[in-house]
Amino acid sequence: MVYTEEYIKDKLIKELDAVHVEVVDDSDGCGAKFSVVVVSDKFQGKPLLARHKLVNSVLQEELKTIHAFSQKTLTVEQWNK
Amino acid sequence: MNSLLRRSIFPLYSNTRKIPSRLFADVAVKDKIDDIVKKNKVVVFMKGVPDAPRCGFSNAVVQIMRMHAVPYESHDVLSDENLRQGIKDYSNWPTIPQVFINGEFVGGCDIMLQMHQSGELVEELKKVGIKSALLTAEETKKEEA
Repeated sequence: MVYTEEYIKDKLIKELDAVHVEVVDDSDGCGAKFSVVVVSDKFQGKPLLARHKLVNSVLQEELKTIHAFSQKTLTVEQWNK
Repeated sequence: MNSLLRRSIFPLYSNTRKIPSRLFADVAVKDKIDDIVKKNKVVVFMKGVPDAPRCGFSNAVVQIMRMHAVPYESHDVLSDENLRQGIKDYSNWPTIPQVFINGEFVGGCDIMLQMHQSGELVEELKKVGIKSALLTAEETKKEEA
């Protein structure tokens, strides 16, 4: 299964009530390497590791084939700064 | 009576015998990882070795450790397929590299980078009695000034 930027973006917005999501496919098209920025108030009060684990859990299936996954997780307040 | 016993016990026995071989491997690798991360203050599971990382993310973690002059033990997951899967199961984290401090999973490359930038890494190292080289450099600068 090859995932697209669009697919991952939609899923993150839906599952995390994200107000802003950026997804970049760094893989030259093989779909195995992504960088994401996720802005969601679901991160409020959560340390970095918990935030990243939350994102990982949403993409649990996808991460079985995506082997390089880089993320930035911000709350709405952090994003607006 | 004897035959009844045999019938009821044997199917169960032969079933349970098949499962442990896999479970046993999982338990063995889990125990091994437990041992590794508890015996060392800082452990990095990575692709390749510190002198020759075989992945950009692993390399980034090595460079961060170098900047802070952190003594750590590294394990190459590419040379051990059981470890490669085992470490992901152990920490419930899907990617390599993985950093452990004091037996606790701290994060992968992104988290290490962000902790490095925010100064949190210096604090975490301090908690386990490791003084970051960046802190030492800062103090020297202050003394000179």
